[in-house]
Amino acid sequence: MTQATFRVWRGERGSGSFSEYRTEITEGMVVLDAIHQIQAEQAGDLAVRWNCKAGKCGSCSAEVNGMPRLMCMTRMNQLDLSEPITVEPMRAFPHVRDLVTDVSWNFEVKKQIRKFTPRTPEAADGSWRMQQVDVDRVQEFRKCIECFLCQDVCHVLRDHNRHGEFIGPRFFVYAAALEMHPLDTANRLPALKNAHGLGYCNITKCCTRVCPEGITITDNAIIPLKERVVDEFYDPIVRLVRLFRGGKTTSPGTT
Amino acid sequence: MAEMERVDHDVLVIGAGGAGLRAAIAAAQEGVRVGLVTKSLLGKAHTVMAEGGIAAAMAHVDERDGWRVHFADTMRGGQYVNNWRMAELHAKEAPDRVRELEAWGALFDRTSDGRILQRNFGGHKFPRLAHVGDRTGLEMIRTLQDHGIHAGIDVHMEHTIVTLLTDGERVSGALAYDRERGRFKCFRARSIVLATGGIGRAFRITSNSWEYTGDGHALAYRAGAALQDMEFVQFHPTGMVWPPSVRGILVTEGVRGEGGVLRNSKGERFMFADIPENYRSQTADNEDEGWRYTQGDKTARRPPELLTRDHVARCILKEVREGRGSPHGGVFLDIAWIKARMPNSAEHIRKKLPSMYHQFKQLADIDITTTPMEVGPTTHYIMGGIRVDGDSQMATVPGLFAAGECAAGLHGANRLGGNSLSDLLVFGKRAGEYAARFARSNGAAKIADADIDSAVAAALEPFQRSGGESPYQIQHELQDSMQELVGIVRREEEMQRALTRIAELRPRAQDVHVSGNREYNPGWHTALDLNNLLTVSEAITRSAIERKESRGGHFRDDFPAKDAAFAGFNLVCRRGTDGAMKVERIAIPPLPDHLKAVIAEET
Repeated sequence: MTQATFRVWRGERGSGSFSEYRTEITEGMVVLDAIHQIQAEQAGDLAVRWNCKAGKCGSCSAEVNGMPRLMCMTRMNQLDLSEPITVEPMRAFPHVRDLVTDVSWNFEVKKQIRKFTPRTPEAADGSWRMQQVDVDRVQEFRKCIECFLCQDVCHVLRDHNRHGEFIGPRFFVYAAALEMHPLDTANRLPALKNAHGLGYCNITKCCTRVCPEGITITDNAIIPLKERVVDEFYDPIVRLVRLFRGGKTTSPGTT
Repeated sequence: MAEMERVDHDVLVIGAGGAGLRAAIAAAQEGVRVGLVTKSLLGKAHTVMAEGGIAAAMAHVDERDGWRVHFADTMRGGQYVNNWRMAELHAKEAPDRVRELEAWGALFDRTSDGRILQRNFGGHKFPRLAHVGDRTGLEMIRTLQDHGIHAGIDVHMEHTIVTLLTDGERVSGALAYDRERGRFKCFRARSIVLATGGIGRAFRITSNSWEYTGDGHALAYRAGAALQDMEFVQFHPTGMVWPPSVRGILVTEGVRGEGGVLRNSKGERFMFADIPENYRSQTADNEDEGWRYTQGDKTARRPPELLTRDHVARCILKEVREGRGSPHGGVFLDIAWIKARMPNSAEHIRKKLPSMYHQFKQLADIDITTTPMEVGPTTHYIMGGIRVDGDSQMATVPGLFAAGECAAGLHGANRLGGNSLSDLLVFGKRAGEYAARFARSNGAAKIADADIDSAVAAALEPFQRSGGESPYQIQHELQDSMQELVGIVRREEEMQRALTRIAELRPRAQDVHVSGNREYNPGWHTALDLNNLLTVSEAITRSAIERKESRGGHFRDDFPAKDAAFAGFNLVCRRGTDGAMKVERIAIPPLPDHLKAVIAEET
């Protein structure tokens, strides 16, 4: 029988310390199984948030040996069992208890992003026609399970606490999915540039590295958004044309 | 009375999966004040796990499809004990509900002419499932969530309902605790929609998440509502079987829809050996025809792997019991074989089944583009639930509505794959609308302080005791009993033993002890959920004993045949005046002539 030692963060609202537990490891186990086993056998009140245990709901985010990961998709045989395994809550969000953090800020941020605004349907049956090649790009972004690991690892949030002026990688992906949606007509670029703090991202790609869905967050979502912002606000030719025509400097429908 | 926060809504929706979100959006559109309570964070509900697609007869891939065929397929799949009115409404309204999702931002896979693509699934005569790869549930819940957050709904995340409150006959509110702090909260509402999902956690091997503890079923039952068809539990034929920690996790039927085949340890396509008479004319009798069907050949009939789930699950169990199973007690599901039929098969599989590829690669070290999967049956869905009116979704308690998995009727004795997501949309919307209308036409009901006080006291008891057992222990014993004694193949004597076990577990569950405090305490949560699990387990077992025949998801070893004498009624469980559970038979109203004609023509 293989045994492993876990150092699990226990405590409430910021105060806490590591507690050590030894538990048996069997074939195919993931970190979440081990946490549940500890809960059932040694620590009945150990708080952990989880749902599907299949990598689909994005609830069991934590930091395993310092890396932001889904506990349900981290297999024990990927870890070095000769050393204690540390399991901590995500550090970029307020602590609630043990491994649970308060991620409600993310839900508030989402509401601030302009909602999907489709163009008028063109088909006689009141629907639209879209080609698969046109939806492929957005389908990548819509794989997001909202585990918020990308938010957790982002230094703008984690180290600089810019939660009030920076929406984070998850919501740049969300905004990109809307901006690149074949049917959407709203313009979110001014908000992305100003209120949402797109400029704070200096493309270190930490978010892309931790995404359990393999979404190419930086290259496919954030950089194209930055390019669009540049085209919208800083393109000298466009500015010149606008100057002479006396046109608007931003597109309609901005927040 | 205990100090607590009080919140007023016109309509309170309990559960925020597909049905709950759709109900909340519908109610909000009616202009009433809506509250939405969820045990988890928003967007994490079990709907997220749905893989295959949403069944809707849009006829984008095969123009022969239409609501009539979808209705007939649903009734046949349900072995004709369905609520036929619900089956009719569902077949007619599902296409509009899917198009509505697209208007709210969902991006389904496309046909070559730019419309929503539809795929084959078990029991559906034509390709009918709108889908996004194999993550349709995620697309659906995210679309509803992202639309719903702009609809003026008050969302209460991570709250659990302890009890429904009633004023005479009708509902008047609900008592909840917030999981984070353990504080009680009293919701007052003129009507309530239950959309709490299923009961899978009553069994040891299940595809369901921790939330599926039969809360809505048990809350409704305790409030005086009737539970119907509880004997009909669906065991999905293909769950993962290895490694042990992932046992039960779903492997989508979409694998078979894309050409995946089932084989035993001898390499035989054993499904060809047992094709039920009523599906024989629609089922391929050779491997080549089956393959052509999965690739869109309209002259071909479907392969036997796409027969209904109850049948496929029993065939797999038979192979395992007769010694032809895979090394870890399942059978082989092989999609890798299609490399013999198409170039770039590995890329094709990864594109069509990305979540499955990911799931096996990460959890089992298996590359499904080269290696067969090992699969076996897993508890997946309950067809039974709260008895409701087909049009309005109102339960037998005034002001109480139910939609989605926790409601009964649409699926009869067996649900077809893909009919669940469409069920959530069609009846979520209806429940929300009718609940809003009920709220508008009925004044506020009263909540008795004494009811709140006694519910709070009962909920806190596990902290006051010392020396009782751990709630996890009792939950495990219940799951083992249900798995062993009321599983895929049932016998009278075993089910009587299950009833005895449940009766023994009840007082033990009343006596559990939990440590720690009320803040985010999973031990406490489990202690409270146990009562719900015991109630639904008892209802399943009592109904299963009473139905002395085999039909759909309910298979009796001691009564292996379907019996026409059982075709005319549903079984219903209610709480008697003495507090004991009573099972009664309620006749199914006769099919009206126009629907009889549809079945005769389309079956």
